[in-house]
Amino acid sequence: MTEASPSVAALRARFGGAILRHLVSCGDTIVYVEAARLLEVMTWLRDDPGQRFDYLTDVTAVEYRDQERPLEVAWQLRSLGRKADLRVKVELDQRQPLVVASVFDLWKGADWLEREVFVMFGVTFSGHPDLRRILMWETYAEGFPLRKDFPLRGHFSRAEQTRQALSANAEAHYSLEELSIAAAYDELPADMKERLAHGERGGVK
Amino acid sequence: MGLTLPDGGAGTEVSTMSPNWVTTRLDFLSNWGRANSLWPMPFGTACCAIEFMASAASRFDLARFGMERMSFSPRQADVLICAGRLPFKLSPVIRKIWDQMPQPKWAISMGACASSGGIFDTYTMVQGIDTIIPVDVYVPGCPPRPEGLIYGIQLLQKKIKGESFLDRDLREEHLLRPDGLFLPAEKIDEVSEPFGNSVHQTRSA
Repeated sequence: MTEASPSVAALRARFGGAILRHLVSCGDTIVYVEAARLLEVMTWLRDDPGQRFDYLTDVTAVEYRDQERPLEVAWQLRSLGRKADLRVKVELDQRQPLVVASVFDLWKGADWLEREVFVMFGVTFSGHPDLRRILMWETYAEGFPLRKDFPLRGHFSRAEQTRQALSANAEAHYSLEELSIAAAYDELPADMKERLAHGERGGVK
Repeated sequence: MGLTLPDGGAGTEVSTMSPNWVTTRLDFLSNWGRANSLWPMPFGTACCAIEFMASAASRFDLARFGMERMSFSPRQADVLICAGRLPFKLSPVIRKIWDQMPQPKWAISMGACASSGGIFDTYTMVQGIDTIIPVDVYVPGCPPRPEGLIYGIQLLQKKIKGESFLDRDLREEHLLRPDGLFLPAEKIDEVSEPFGNSVHQTRSA
């Protein structure tokens, strides 16, 4: 299949200039969207009866070796009912702060996916309720490992990496707090409730 | 044992008792019991754990060496078997498990990654678990076959049978040093130096 998805024409008709360009790669349609209007486009893609992209397969980012090229954030959408796919991309200028709107309010599955992009690429998703590191530990200070300027072995010496890792609190990473625990809130220990009440995890009352 | 003591150590007390018929018979008895009833604490993190499970299953049958009881609580374990690579994020966990194990205790580092970081000379990986905990036996291989692990266990049994309760250093707890490391920083940097193919990768700033 080398033809673009019919969603592209529909998007252009609906949003005009917000759809920057599109291309077909390996049978997949990629649509580049203006960052400022991302949420609007995504909401329409999910809710329009002709689109119904009800499943967010993946969120990821791409940084090219060519430093002039912008960093791309990619959303892979799937319509389970229509059996159709669409990839939406936003280009972020590396000279500016890497900020893009969170789609958490549209697809709850974006929660951990966006956190992963945040920890690996340093892209901030504005509107995300709980944008903490997810793969590296919370006090990780070396930077964003999947960026091109990140050395393979990390910035710090091995001894410093070991020291920082050993000083981490092992319990903190494998607690119930990592999970969505709003339903179990009343059964939590008092000290954990106390911490949650101060907004360590935004989604809980 | 001919090594310099860590700072703040109380100094080595030379035992006034020399080995005699009674102590060597007692050693023989206790070592025979210990060597033939090693309860492993399986710390399986990767593919080595699959080979470890195969070693414990019927074909290779670790029970022949008195290891039929996997101790999933460190409190009842004798030998920690780290089967697989150890990421920095897990290093406080293995350290805590090791500290929770009562004396006498031993550690086996199973496979290339646990022993040296293996092919994972990256920002995530501990370059040998001996930078985190003391290790008695290293089993090479990627992963080692069950025969290899069994040979390592037999080496450990041999080592145990040569121990004496007059040697107090054997049962000394090696806690983290005041700087939060197990080994001196320069030692960690030294053993974590790239080797083999990875010397071609340069550490950029």
